[in-house]
Amino acid sequence: MDENLAPGALAGQMAPTGALQHAYVQNEPAVSLPPPASMVGVIGWLRANLLSSPGNIALTIIAALIAFWLIPGFIKFLITDAVWSGADREACITKNGITPGACWAFVRDRYSFFIYGFYPFDQRWRVDLFFVLGALGVTWMLWLGAPRRDIGLFYFIIALPLVSYGLLSGNNPFGFVSFAPQWLKATACLLVFLFAYLMNQSDDSKGALGFMTLFGFIISGVLLAENAWSLLKLSPVETSKWGGLMVTLVVAGVGIVASLPLGILLALGRRSKLPVVKFFSVMFIEFVRGVPLITVLFMANTMLPLFMPDGWHVDKLLRALVGIYMAEVVRAGLQALPKGQYEGAMAVGLGYWQMMRLIILPQALKVTIPNIVNTYIGLFKDTSLLLIVGIFDFLKAIETARIDPQWAAPTTSPTGYAFAAIVYFIFCYGMASYARATERRLSVADKR
Amino acid sequence: MKKLLMSVAVGAAVVLAAGAASAQTTTLNQVKARGTLQCGSNTGLAGFGLPDAQGVWAGLDVDLCRAMSAAIFNDPTKVKFVPLSSKDRFTALQSGEVDVLVRNTTWTMSRDTSLGLEFGPVNYYDGQGFMVRKKLKIASAMELSGASVCTQQGTTTELNLADFFRANKLKYEVVTFATSDETIKAYDAGRCDAFTTDASGLYSERLRLTAPDDHIVLPEIISKEPLGPATRHGDNQWFDIVKWTHYAMLTAEELGVTKANVDEMMKSTNPDVKRLLGTEGKFGEAIGLPNDWGYRIIKHVGNYGESFERNVGMGSRLKVARGVNALWTKGGLQYAPPIR
Repeated sequence: MDENLAPGALAGQMAPTGALQHAYVQNEPAVSLPPPASMVGVIGWLRANLLSSPGNIALTIIAALIAFWLIPGFIKFLITDAVWSGADREACITKNGITPGACWAFVRDRYSFFIYGFYPFDQRWRVDLFFVLGALGVTWMLWLGAPRRDIGLFYFIIALPLVSYGLLSGNNPFGFVSFAPQWLKATACLLVFLFAYLMNQSDDSKGALGFMTLFGFIISGVLLAENAWSLLKLSPVETSKWGGLMVTLVVAGVGIVASLPLGILLALGRRSKLPVVKFFSVMFIEFVRGVPLITVLFMANTMLPLFMPDGWHVDKLLRALVGIYMAEVVRAGLQALPKGQYEGAMAVGLGYWQMMRLIILPQALKVTIPNIVNTYIGLFKDTSLLLIVGIFDFLKAIETARIDPQWAAPTTSPTGYAFAAIVYFIFCYGMASYARATERRLSVADKR
Repeated sequence: MKKLLMSVAVGAAVVLAAGAASAQTTTLNQVKARGTLQCGSNTGLAGFGLPDAQGVWAGLDVDLCRAMSAAIFNDPTKVKFVPLSSKDRFTALQSGEVDVLVRNTTWTMSRDTSLGLEFGPVNYYDGQGFMVRKKLKIASAMELSGASVCTQQGTTTELNLADFFRANKLKYEVVTFATSDETIKAYDAGRCDAFTTDASGLYSERLRLTAPDDHIVLPEIISKEPLGPATRHGDNQWFDIVKWTHYAMLTAEELGVTKANVDEMMKSTNPDVKRLLGTEGKFGEAIGLPNDWGYRIIKHVGNYGESFERNVGMGSRLKVARGVNALWTKGGLQYAPPIR
């Protein structure tokens, strides 16, 4: 560096004198040398990330030692010493003074109970179909390159919940229309055709007629769906028979999908200038925030039945859903929206909803993504509290299975819990990774 | 204070429920109209109520519910099991969420009198016992002086333990743990000489040890834990059905009527068998059931002995000895009043 700089500086001083042509003045930029070997590649990475200061060196050594002590034990227990197959506890008990590692044979034997719970054996294809439809919906929503994401949104928010409910419970998700008398249905269908005909005549595709036609199509669509569904003749499965991973995903899914819109509304209500709206939003948020989920569940389970009239019982799963929903929803809504852009938006002349939709919410949501994902991960893990209500969620299913004397062995419980930890980790890590990617994508603007 | 509040709440509920029930139909009619029996069960206890790999409930308590379902519907599967924690169980029964509670509930005076419950016949006489290592060469709990005992914190087990050692003027050291899992692990690791819990639990915990055969369960039972079904106050017909379902299973064992030979026994000339299976008399009608209620129970579920052996006895992995749960004719406490 010095060598290059000195002639340059000299040249700068000399230049005004003009006539002097120095052979050592460099007219082209110097070829930049590659960084020293110690700064790049594996060694550079190690130096920068692990060995950058004496403190870090010490931490690195400690961490390496801990890993060295723990990891072989884990691998030995979970993989090399593990029992992979067997019919009952004989496979996993201590023989000749040697206790084998993880009893995966137990997990294999009880696998279907962990996933389906008490769901009737011959109906489990419905749960499988629900998993497939759910995975399709999630992929459609989360994969940015997916085609027709507008249809995907409709599918995810409206079609999927209805179909899943119908599929899992066996009830007709459109059954609410069956209360309507036949003549009403017939009239509704007639009106649709009438409006469609009129619209065809008048070319009024955006006005009142267009709206009425759309409305009519929705009604007749629902009627059609109701009839089509009743042809499937699915046998009803009470929620008391739901269990395992399926119920964990249902509850987490309902909580996650339903909590965001309500959370946004509550957050907006909190910022509202209307005193009544503001008061109720704040009261709701603060009340729910002040009460732990576990308390809500206890209340719902122990006190609620006492207040209900005789013979009336709120479905257990519903109790739990309301509990989780209320408590977690609001936490998503708690994220404060930044104030900065309000005046700007108003100055441009936007109305309240325009301002919220175009200026405030997009920024606010971006800011709160880490918090929202935190909430979702927390919500997913909170589903394990369902056992308070006597619902056999994934964790409770494992806990119950490990009691069975058929598999009573020293390593049965650790294996069950290890399996639970792995499954929870996969789901939570998946959510966190996606959130990190989204955050990075949305923060591109901030980097400039 | 908490207990007082709870009693008040439950008491209020009882009054409300009783007021409502008098105007309502009987539990039996409700069950028939619903088409399923709602049975409060344990959330998972080996031998008494536990789902198997297919998610089907099985166990001694479960069998009693299935027997009731068989008597009412001639189908042992029309039961909805409602898993209840020990905190929720009485509320669930009081509020009518379950028709009967068969969840290894200990029959005590306070529960019987202040909670508005009726306790039916005892379907399992349990009690606290001890497990020790064989190499200690101890044959009786009286020789446990100076021993350290592992048990779970804050349970009646801990109190019973103190009572027992004080009453017998024995020295001991108690080592407590928060969960049953930790307790058995600690015992297995040699932290204490003896392990104590209810005898039915001792057998299932023993299977978790690294060397189950190196341990024995001592014969002494130091507490009374009569476990049985409970129903609400005020519906005597329903209470009768619960009682006589259990008694029918006992009577069948006493008379040698089993699941396998029950059809043959229909031709029996023994008047006791005839009354049990409904080929003579109208005993079913008296409790609002068809006269072949006894036949249905034995046909679908079996007698008490069969259920016992299948779920907790020698036919199961728990290998619990009949002990005090044997029939009275074999020196046990299980005794059914005659059907006549």
